[in-house]
Parts: sequence; structure tokens; C-alpha cells
Amino acid sequence: MPIISVRRISQAFFLLLFLWFCYVSMLGEGWWQLRGWPVNWFLELDPLVALVVVLGTGTLYAGLAWALLTAGLTLILGRFFCGWVCPFGTIHHFVGWLGLRRKSAEQRVAANQYHPGQAVKYYVLLFFLAVAAGDLGGRLARGLAAGPNWAWGITLAAALLLAGLTLKEIAGASRKMLWAMLLAFLLWLGLGHLLAGGGAFTSSLLSGLLDPLPLLQRSVNLLFWPLGDPTGRGPSLPARLYLGDWLIAAIFAVAVGLNLLRPRFFCRFICPLGALFGLLSRFAVWRMGKDVEPCRQCRLCDTRCQGACAPSAEHRPSECLLCANCRQACPDEVISFDPASSAAGETTSPDLTRRGLLWSILGGTLAVPVLRVSGLAREQTWPVRPPGALAEPEFLARCTNCGQCMRICPTGVIQPAGLEAGLESLWTPVLNFKLSKGGCLVNCVACGHLCPTAALRPLSLSERQGKGDFSSTGPVRLGTAFLDRGRCLPWAMDRPCIVCQEMCPVSPKAIFTRTEYRTLRHGALTVAQAEKDDLVLRGAAFSPGELATGDYFVSRQGFQDRRAIIKNGKDRLSLAPGDGWPRPLGPDQPVEIQVRLLLPFVDPAACVGCGACEHACPLKLKSAIRVSGENQSRSRTSFLLKTAGKK
Amino acid sequence: MSEQPKGRSITRRTFMTRAGKAGLAVLGTAGLGLGLYDAKGPAGPDSAALTGQVSLPDFSLPELAGKMAIIKGKDRTKSLEAGFKALGGIEAFIKPGDRVLLKVNAVIASPPILSATTHPELVSALIRLCQKARAAQVIVTDNPIQDPATCFNLSGIAKACEEAGARLMLPRPSGFAPYSLAAGRLIKNWPIFYEPFKGINKVIGLAQAKDHHRSGASLTMKNWYGLLGGQRSIFHQDIHGIITELALMIKPTLVILDGVSSMIKNGPTGGSLSDLKATETLILSTDQVAADALGAELLEKTPAQVPFISMAARAGVGTADYHSLRPIQAAAG
Repeated sequence: MPIISVRRISQAFFLLLFLWFCYVSMLGEGWWQLRGWPVNWFLELDPLVALVVVLGTGTLYAGLAWALLTAGLTLILGRFFCGWVCPFGTIHHFVGWLGLRRKSAEQRVAANQYHPGQAVKYYVLLFFLAVAAGDLGGRLARGLAAGPNWAWGITLAAALLLAGLTLKEIAGASRKMLWAMLLAFLLWLGLGHLLAGGGAFTSSLLSGLLDPLPLLQRSVNLLFWPLGDPTGRGPSLPARLYLGDWLIAAIFAVAVGLNLLRPRFFCRFICPLGALFGLLSRFAVWRMGKDVEPCRQCRLCDTRCQGACAPSAEHRPSECLLCANCRQACPDEVISFDPASSAAGETTSPDLTRRGLLWSILGGTLAVPVLRVSGLAREQTWPVRPPGALAEPEFLARCTNCGQCMRICPTGVIQPAGLEAGLESLWTPVLNFKLSKGGCLVNCVACGHLCPTAALRPLSLSERQGKGDFSSTGPVRLGTAFLDRGRCLPWAMDRPCIVCQEMCPVSPKAIFTRTEYRTLRHGALTVAQAEKDDLVLRGAAFSPGELATGDYFVSRQGFQDRRAIIKNGKDRLSLAPGDGWPRPLGPDQPVEIQVRLLLPFVDPAACVGCGACEHACPLKLKSAIRVSGENQSRSRTSFLLKTAGKK
Repeated sequence: MSEQPKGRSITRRTFMTRAGKAGLAVLGTAGLGLGLYDAKGPAGPDSAALTGQVSLPDFSLPELAGKMAIIKGKDRTKSLEAGFKALGGIEAFIKPGDRVLLKVNAVIASPPILSATTHPELVSALIRLCQKARAAQVIVTDNPIQDPATCFNLSGIAKACEEAGARLMLPRPSGFAPYSLAAGRLIKNWPIFYEPFKGINKVIGLAQAKDHHRSGASLTMKNWYGLLGGQRSIFHQDIHGIITELALMIKPTLVILDGVSSMIKNGPTGGSLSDLKATETLILSTDQVAADALGAELLEKTPAQVPFISMAARAGVGTADYHSLRPIQAAAG
């Protein structure tokens, strides 16, 4: 079998596997539902996700260790992931092929020519890495201040080694430049130490916006599978809605559409993960290349080159996706995968300018303070996030916007945030109770167990509910429900309701009621005629049956007792027999028609902010009871009650 | 000077053809405008609302009217069997080839031990009894408030259905159809979950006895609330009225009230074992009002606290004086 057939099978396999993993990310007991399927595997294989989390937090969380496999193989083989595994790359590959199908050989050669713009993706990568490393200096300095230990030493030494190697290779740094960099690094350490805790230089994670695996995961999770839902044959019932999906669709469409401009446009020019692989492939043991030079220069290899890595000329291994099309296309079979460099020569470093390098790193370092200043206004520092969400700064240093939590959520309460809290929050999970099917279930901890980066911590059920070992800390609170008395039917409009109280899942309920008998708007009347259990009222104009719902009563003005109405006509009432008045009512006796209202109240000490009430409230556009971020467990600055700090 | 300047000219033939075509086009446009002309504009939203109305047949069996059994015991399966034995056997209710709908209460995602939902053991036992009576099909359904799949899974009802071989029907948008109750004020042109009723000739309601703050109690008649679709929470403004109308809407073959473990406070969601009381009673009744009257007693409610019982009785659904039915009392397990 030709090598490119093997590659095509591999690409198709991984693309289908990816779509399958997205599909099965739903709760349930069927074999096609989440029952141990490694649905995070692609995200975990992504070394960019792992790297930004390591830079931002100093730890390599659980499944992210899979990235070591990808990184290791890339160090040895080159960018095999892009050409053979990456599902987004496969989509670009296919669409790019469609775009070139009817083009002449000259046009194809032109489309696959190396373009200096391909260096842009390295700047994109460096920008994201600098964003993620905002707090690194501070953390290293704090580690130094706390007394270095061997783990700290190994980490620092390894980091310096890798950073030095990278900078030397990609920027072709001179010895003088390296000294300058070391000085800059020490300065950065010192600044980090001085500014630590100030919140200015802090880590954030923005790479999820363009990292191909979170991008595709998000697009499939929040857009493509839900598109099938309204047909009744999609994976979710009831159908999923995701706010702001149009932007996800637009970005996906642009990324894919750019293939018509140049094949694999995204991979060549934008993809930060591809750039990372490009850097990692610097020392690859094997690489594509020509065996003899000059060859006949037919340039058939260039007509099909995926990476625009110039196989016919001086080869660029950092751009090569190992698609092997060149080897397949070569009529003379002079191209092979070999430890030796190409006979036509190699350009090993990407075309980066020192100025560009400096600007992208500086831009990334300054981006976080700018975003924090513009994004996190006071009311946006505690968005209502899923259970297990870390405190906001730590959360933002980990969330890759992959949408896994939104996909797994059984009620669809987890929604992608828009731009209201700034670019950092875009597509991060926030709760929208109105759109959900029942709020955030208090006996569900699915999202934290799926989150690949622990931006949502995996909670146990007992921790979430504050039971067992966690009984002293109490349940995880997402926020607090507040009543809007101006919109509430019983409070504002004399209508019995309390659906919110009914749905409150906490025991004892966080929503409780106080009973009030309220005289109706036209309820102050006088008796025209009275018998034992029947009254005729002067000038009354009720519609028949209106007062016979079990919630209406007659009270004598000035007395506390009242009798239930069981039947009514326009001006006639029948009262529940049994508990008669002490004396029969005489004519002209003033009476009041009252409605018994159960008025809802929230006990903030019991409320966990699950939003079942906000979801259930019959006011569909804007509930009369709404959860906001006050008193959420993850943020001490949001605490509302003097007892909340015991945790 | 040899060439004369040329003026505009047209042949008569060309002119006539062109004029003819223009005339036809004018006529066509005018005709189209006339044909599509609408002087009044669209009618209000109610004009098209009454299309596709469905009706629900009477599922009750006249020969079994007013039958009631009260079984004491902790074992739901044994109590259920004893209950049917007291009422003449499952065969009296289910004939071979019957298609049976079991309306359970799966309102929220809550595990069986908290008694907020119909107990899966009861569902399982009833499915097996129906199959023993050679029912052709058993369908189990509800339209919960929270995500249906999660509610059925966590309540254990999904598993009970799968193991016993009944079909679990989840609500989907196309499963709802408008319904109007002839004697109703509230259920008028309202979407109900109709899909499960297609082809069904027996309906059994399986309710869990629960406290309910707004209505006083959630029992067999309140259990039909789950059949309502649309913006049903507005009916809480007239909770007793809607329960009465629901009891008029469904004329079931039988209702079963599970008071083996009753939720006597913090209802209807509970959430704690301390909300429950071991009342150890299972009620089978062809009279919904009678079943609920006894259910209210289990929940320690006075008749004044549950007005829907007397309202339903006045509406002719059944009798609140369940003793008058001479219920058969037995103990099981």
C-alpha cells in the first residue's frame, strides 16, 4: 500500500474518532454514551494545551501528560500530528484539495509555494505563550523566596535549558544576545517578585481561541451536533441552544474557507499548535528531503505539498507536515524520509525577525493587564460558573474554551460566555438558568470530571452537597437567588404561584413562604343579603368561578377570621360549610374578599445558587427570582454572610 | 454630403410585437396582484390555534368503578400483588393484547431513596404484572421539569423499564398536541403530551405520595400535571382548579398511590431522608378522589389544606369519602 493511502486512512480514522468522542459526551447508560470513552483524548494529546497550563499554573494536570507522547514523537519524527492525526488539519486538507482540483500545475505550484507570512503563526504562538506565562516570573520568584527545593531546581533548570535552546534556534541568537536575555529574565523575576499579588502580571489562557483542537471541539460540541437536535434525531433531547453560536460558526467557516485561498491556510499561517510542532521538529531525527541534487526540477512535488515547505528546493522541515505527497508524486523517486538533510539543503529556522519576536512576547505580556483592566469590572469578577470552577484568576489561567463541560451538562445550563467580560471570558462556561432544562442539578458533578485542564475541579458528590467529610464546609454555592418583588406574581400582582419554592431542591428548602391574606383590588364590599353559607354582595362583578379556586376568602372588616369561598357568581358567594360566623351577617356589613398568598423568601444560608427556581419561574423572559454570583464558594470577595468564610 | 443622417425608425411589426408583450406583462402582473390581494392582513394569533386538536378516550372500566384496595406493608412488589389480588387480579384490568400506558412521576432528577419520584421497584413490578396478563405493549412516560433523560436515569425508572421490557417514552417537541377539556376553564387549546396515548387502551397512574406546598399534596390527580406541555407553570395561580381539570381530563383504568414511604414535608422535591415518613401503605383505586383523600390522611393533611379533593369530588370525578367505597384492606409482607 502506498504511504499516502496509509496516511489517508490514519486521517479518516482520527477524524471519525474525534467526531465520535464528541458525540458520546453525554450522560446515560447506553454504550454510545459516556461510559469510559476517553473523550478528552485529543485535547490531552495537544501539547499546546499542556504547555499553556504548565506555564500558567506550574503543573501538568492528569490526562495532559498525554501531550508528552505527542511532543516526544514530534521531537523524533517531526510534524506527524499535523499531517496524520489532527482532525482539523484533515478537514483543511480535504477542502484545500477540493479548491485545487481543477487548477493547472502552475497554479498549484504557486499555491503551495512557501510564503514569508507563514512566520505569523510563530508570533501567534509566542503571544499566547507570553500571555500564559504572565505569572511565571512571580511564581519562580516566590519559589525562590520560599526556599528552593530539588523539584523547583529541576523545573527551573529544564525550563532555562529549553528556553535557551528554543531562542537560540529560532532566533539564531548570538552569545551576546543570550546574555542580554538572561539579564532580561532576571529583571522579569525581580519584577514578578515585586509585583506579585498586585494582579497586574498574571497568567491567562487565550490560546484556546485559535488552538485547533479546542477550536474544533467547541465547534463540533456547540454547533454541529446541536444542529441535528431539532430534527429529533440529534444526540440531545430537548434540543440544545448555545448563545453566540454564530461567532463560533463564523470563525469555523472562515478558517475552513481560507483553504480556497491557499490549501491548509490555517495550518500554514495561523495555527499556534502547528508553530509549536514546527519548533519541536527542529531536532527531528528523520526528515523529508531529496536524495540527489539537481533533480529534473519537474516540481510535481510542489503541486501537492501540504505544508508549503519547498520540497523541490531548500527544504523547510519546520513547515513540513509529513504528508508524503512529494514522495508519492516524484516520478524519479528521489524524495525520501531519511536522517540526512535534503541534498538541496535545509532551512531549519523559521523566518522570524528579532523585532517581531520582541513585539509578540511583549504584546502577550502586556495583553493580560490590558484585558484585566478592560474586562473585569467589579460585577464581572464573579460570574456564575459551573460547580467546581476555580476562583476567577485561576480559572482563566486554565480554561481552554473547549466546550466539553457544555456538551456533557445534562440540563444545558452551561453556556459559552460572550464578550461582556472581555476577550478572556469569551466561550468560557457560565450558567444560564433560563436556557437550561432545570438549572444546575445539585446531584450532578459531570462537568468537573470532564474538564481536561481542571479549570472546573472534579468534585465528589459529597463535596458538592457538603455531606460526609465535607459536612463542616457545607455545599458548593454557585451564587445566591434574589427575589425581584416587582415582577413576582404573588408579591406584585396578587396571584398565587410559588413555583420557585416548589422546585427548590435543597432540603430544607432555601425558598420558604409567609402567608398573607390580601384584599382584592375591588374586594372591599358590603353585604346585600346573607344566609348561613351564602352571601350576596352589593355592586360586585366577579366572573363566575373566579373565586372558587380554593385560594379566596371572605373576611368581615375589622375581624381576623375568614371563610373559604367554594363557589361564586357575579355577586353571589357560597362559603365552605362548617365554620360559620359567630353571628349571621346583617345587610350593609362591610366585608373584604381576600386572596391567600404564599409569599416567597430566600434563605441565603441555605441557597446554593443552583437556579432551579430561576428556571422554573413562569416569567419566561426575565425571571422574578434570579441567581447572581454573590456568596459563591469559589470567591471570598463575593461572600455575603458573616458565616460564609468558615470554609 | 453623400450620407443622410439617420433618424429613429421602427417597423410596425416590431412595435406591435413589443406592445403586445408589454400588455401581456401588465395583465399578468395585475392578475398576480389581484390574485394575491389581501385587504385585511393576517388574523390574530388565535385564529389558527385550534387545528390538530386531539381527544382522549375514557380508559376506565365501568364494571370496576369505585374499587379500592389499601395494602399495608413495606415491600412494594408484594403489596402491589396483594392489591391486585384483592381487586380480582390483574386480569380484571388488563386483557390479553392490551396496550398499557403507565404515567409515572419522574418530576426531578432524584434517587429512589428520597421518594420524590415513583419508585422503580413499583414500576418494575407493575410492568411484569401487565406482561403476565399478556399485555401487547407497556409504555412508561412522564414530562419532567428537569432534563428528562437524567430524571429517568437517576430515579431508576429507565433501568426498571429496560430490565422489565417496557418502552420508555421521552417527551419531544413533536409529541405534543393541543387539547381542550369540554368542561374546562384552564385546559383550553393547551398542548398535552399526546404521543404516548397513541394506540393505548389502558392507562394506569403511578403516583408517589408527597407534600406539596402550593396545593397541599401531590397525589394521584396531581400526577397528571406531567402530561401538560407548554408554559404550564402559570397554572400554579389556580393549582386546585388545574388539578381538578386534569382529573377530569384523564379517566384512568386505575391509579396507584405509593405511600410506603411518604414525603410529609419539604415537598414536592424533598432531598433528605428526614422529609420522609414510613407510612407503609399502597393504595390501588379506580377512584382518583378516594385515593387522594386517603393519601392526604397519610400526609397528615386536613381536608381544608387540600381543597382540590373536594373540588374534584364536586366536579364528579369521584368521592372524597373513601370509606363509602368499602375499600378492601389487607396486609402484605
